[in-house]
Amino acid sequence: MSSTGVKFYQVGSFAVGNRLLDPELRSAQSEQGRANSLTSGHRACQGCGEALGARYVLDAAMRAAQGRMVTVNATGCLEVFSTPYPETSWRVAWLHSLFGNAPAVATGVAAGLRATGKDDVRVVAQGGDGATVDIGFACLSGMFERNDDVLYICYDNGGYMNTGVQRSGATPPAARTTTTQAVGDEPGNVFGQGKDVPRIAVAHEIPYVATATVADLRDLEAKVDKAMGMHGARYLHVLVPCPLGWGSASKDTVKIARLATESGHFPVFEAERGEVTSVRKIRHQVPVEEYLTLQGRYKHLFSPVRRDDVIDRLQAMADRNIARYGLVEEVL
Amino acid sequence: MEKPFAITLDVGSSLANHTGAWRVERPVYVDLTPPCAHACPAMEDPQKWLYAAEDGSYEQAWRTLVEANPFPAIMGRVCYHPCETACNRSFLDEAVGINAVERFLGDHAIEQGWALPVPATTTGRRVLVVGAGPTGLSAAYQLRRLGHEVTVRDTSPLPGGMMRYGIPAYRLPRDVLDAEIARIVATGVRLELSTRVDDMTAALAEGFDAVFVAVGAQIGKRAYVPAAEAARIVDAVSLLHDVAQGDPPLLGRRVVVYGGGNTAVDAARTAKRLGASESVIVYRRTRDRMPAHDSEMAEAIEEGVVVKWLSTVAHADAGHLRVERMELDETGFPQPTGEFEDLEADSLVLALGQETDLSLLDGVSDLTLTNGSVEVDSSFMTGHPGIFAGGDAVPAQRTVTVGVGHGAKAARAIDAWLRATALVEPDEAPLAEYAALNTWYYADAPHAVRPRLEAARRTTGFEEVVQGLDAETAAYEARRCMSCGNCFECDNCYGVCPDNAVIKLGTGKRFEIDYDYCKGCGICAAECPSGSILMVPETR
Ligand SMILES: Cc1cc2nc3c(=O)[nH]c(=O)nc-3n(C[C@H](O)[C@H](O)[C@H](O)COP(=O)(O)OP(=O)(O)OC[C@H]3O[C@@H](n4cnc5c(N)ncnc54)[C@H](O)[C@@H]3O)c2cc1C
Ligand SMILES: Cc1ncc(C[n+]2csc(CCOP(=O)(O)OP(=O)(O)O)c2C)c(N)n1
Ligand code: SF4
Ligand code: SF4
Ligand code: SF4
Ligand SMILES: [Mg+2]
Repeated sequence: MSSTGVKFYQVGSFAVGNRLLDPELRSAQSEQGRANSLTSGHRACQGCGEALGARYVLDAAMRAAQGRMVTVNATGCLEVFSTPYPETSWRVAWLHSLFGNAPAVATGVAAGLRATGKDDVRVVAQGGDGATVDIGFACLSGMFERNDDVLYICYDNGGYMNTGVQRSGATPPAARTTTTQAVGDEPGNVFGQGKDVPRIAVAHEIPYVATATVADLRDLEAKVDKAMGMHGARYLHVLVPCPLGWGSASKDTVKIARLATESGHFPVFEAERGEVTSVRKIRHQVPVEEYLTLQGRYKHLFSPVRRDDVIDRLQAMADRNIARYGLVEEVL
Repeated sequence: MEKPFAITLDVGSSLANHTGAWRVERPVYVDLTPPCAHACPAMEDPQKWLYAAEDGSYEQAWRTLVEANPFPAIMGRVCYHPCETACNRSFLDEAVGINAVERFLGDHAIEQGWALPVPATTTGRRVLVVGAGPTGLSAAYQLRRLGHEVTVRDTSPLPGGMMRYGIPAYRLPRDVLDAEIARIVATGVRLELSTRVDDMTAALAEGFDAVFVAVGAQIGKRAYVPAAEAARIVDAVSLLHDVAQGDPPLLGRRVVVYGGGNTAVDAARTAKRLGASESVIVYRRTRDRMPAHDSEMAEAIEEGVVVKWLSTVAHADAGHLRVERMELDETGFPQPTGEFEDLEADSLVLALGQETDLSLLDGVSDLTLTNGSVEVDSSFMTGHPGIFAGGDAVPAQRTVTVGVGHGAKAARAIDAWLRATALVEPDEAPLAEYAALNTWYYADAPHAVRPRLEAARRTTGFEEVVQGLDAETAAYEARRCMSCGNCFECDNCYGVCPDNAVIKLGTGKRFEIDYDYCKGCGICAAECPSGSILMVPETR
């Protein structure tokens, strides 16, 4: 975890705030005057992880950029729930173009700022997993390859939620979406397809790649800080549970994200220039089943008949992540 | 204003959109009763003072603590800490060392010379307290705080009751006892020592408006043990009393203590300190059924005290005892077996419990006495109006802590009675259950503190056995508290709300929900570590 080094103070570095910490060590979210980049009145569902994740990321980025920042947004829930004409929830300079071109627009903004001598203004681009791993993927890969000075954030809710929960290249195997129904021998999304874009980003050997979730704020903020302290192409992939698409209780958004990491289903790591440099260790390991049972999109694995074969495959995927990234602390 | 192409409306903020209308459940902040507070017989709320101690505000912590209990340094040594038994943290790793922090605060206050608050006004009402044990002194302190004139009378030459004449000095050093009592006297309590109250009616005639009887249970129970004339038999209370007065009796080299309570253990450990080479406790049942506290038993055994379980004393002789082996029946009751054994013993100490001497109440009307104790109602008033009683003298668990609680509760009741108002005790808030906490957020902090606590335990002859914590360890231990059911301003709700609907009011002022925007998702409640937010159905 990149947010340790905090002396034991009752909640250590797990909670959002800590009254016993030095002010400069406190999280951006705990500040009374935080940027609130995405303000109240937005139309995201109750308990939306994406709305939460976006505020976490942009408030930290705003703090790091001291407010000198432009945000480029792809089409998706994040854009639709925040900007129904003529209202906006954004309290950052914010630009929307298309579903598939946010990385390219951000590249253009960065070039424009450089050309006009405003190179102290930072550029952050953001989009859903559909925008990032599917339709905008060529633009993203190009932005990586050119090492454009952009921090790109993907909010991964595992599907095209804005248009009614269709499968994306980031939908996990076995999950039910409206286009991968829970029918047949292999119900839900298929195994063996889909894209692991964080690893693909690492393969581009760009300066910085990291994953994070809305369940570990201090880790997430540390990664945004680190990324904002660098130049060139940077990529941050944030897991953001979606109560509507995942069929989960709105109160469980943070809990589900936590179980995703604690089960090994979603590995949290950092990489620089092609090498993994740190991983967030699992604190209290749980079987992947604990993660699955809170979500309606996996309900068909437990009723009417329990599909141990499928659950085992998902567990095997988590185990593979654990082995690949060394997520479990070696007991000496 | 001229608008760009295809733009017809002015830009607006989403703040115009009150998403609070979507809500079917609303979050509300609550203050629940932490189990530690619920369990404390002296009505302390450990969560409150641990919270203050966490950031080193020791004086504030101490001041909060002494509102309930003026004896933290004593408590930190002799209280059996039911708070720790109840502590929610024991479900996570180990209970918070509440008692050790309490002792630290108490000792620190003595070092710093902090004084108890003196009442601003006086009511002119006079209360007589009979007995300067923990019960009487606690009542005197609280009555004084409420502005009454208090006189405490005690038969003994020095105040403290069983804290001085029962509990041995190796567990409760007398300088600690003296310091905490002196602080109470300094608030203006009048202490009349070596003054026995024999006649309650006469005392009342002196012009007292109310009396609190806190005479304890001073007389050691005598069970019938067939004994030869020459056998040396003493009772434990007298033994401890004489030792406390610096006049220890001669017990000989081999001492047998008969009984299984804390007093038996104290007598056996005291015998060791008086030079006995063998100190044996004879007890009818097994260790798990022994009322003596585990830690004290362990310390006694470390010091070489030996226990003969499942045994009774059948006959005492000069120099030796006849002991019968017992067996537990199905109900756990010890039954004789007819198997005997001889034990060498120069003296036999009986530690079979204490009785109360209530002769001072002779002739007082309307009292109910049960098994030698005086009955009181829920406001600690006896059947006789204006005469209240508490502590060891009434039917209850007999501990210093219970006595302090009785004293404090009785003081409130006496105050109400003197003012001729009804005593309204606020209802206790619901209990903060472990299941309502989100313990993910508490840093793992179980064992680091243990070795230091363990290392602090040393037997040093007649000196105090258990040593205190240093400031650093005390703060560390305080920080293990999970603040059950009480907001400790971790900012989690403020952070995790996807709708910015939690308003942070600033340090010490906690938070407020902005119901204009709260959609009622419930994340704040689910992620509140201390279980201080409840979701309740929306009533609109
Ligand atoms: C050996 C021993 C060890 C113990 N260890 C512990 C322990 O570790 N922890 C714990 O919590 N509890 C312990 N206890 C129990 C605890 O000491 C008592 O429950 C507690 O002291 C009761 O307080 P009290 O004020 O009601 O009575 P007491 O402490 O007995 O005080 C009563 C006072 O009233 C005075 N008095 C009596 N009659 C009169 C009269 N007619 N006129 C004037 N004064 C009078 C007495 O002199 C005495 O000072 C122990 C008890 C004993 C005997
Ligand atoms: C070229 C194009 N195709 C399709 C759409 C319709 N569309 C808008 S948002 C969206 C899905 C967004 O999914 P994702 O990027 O994962 O964001 P989410 O809504 O899940 O946050 C789609 C298909 C579009 N706007 N443009
Ligand atoms: S559909 Fe999912 S991602 Fe979209 S607003 Fe609702 S919860 Fe958020
Ligand atoms: S964790 Fe703290 S508040 Fe909770 S029971 Fe233990 S001492 Fe009391
Ligand atoms: S997290 Fe926010 S929106 Fe959800 S219940 Fe709490 S205050 Fe309301
Ligand atoms: Mg999506």
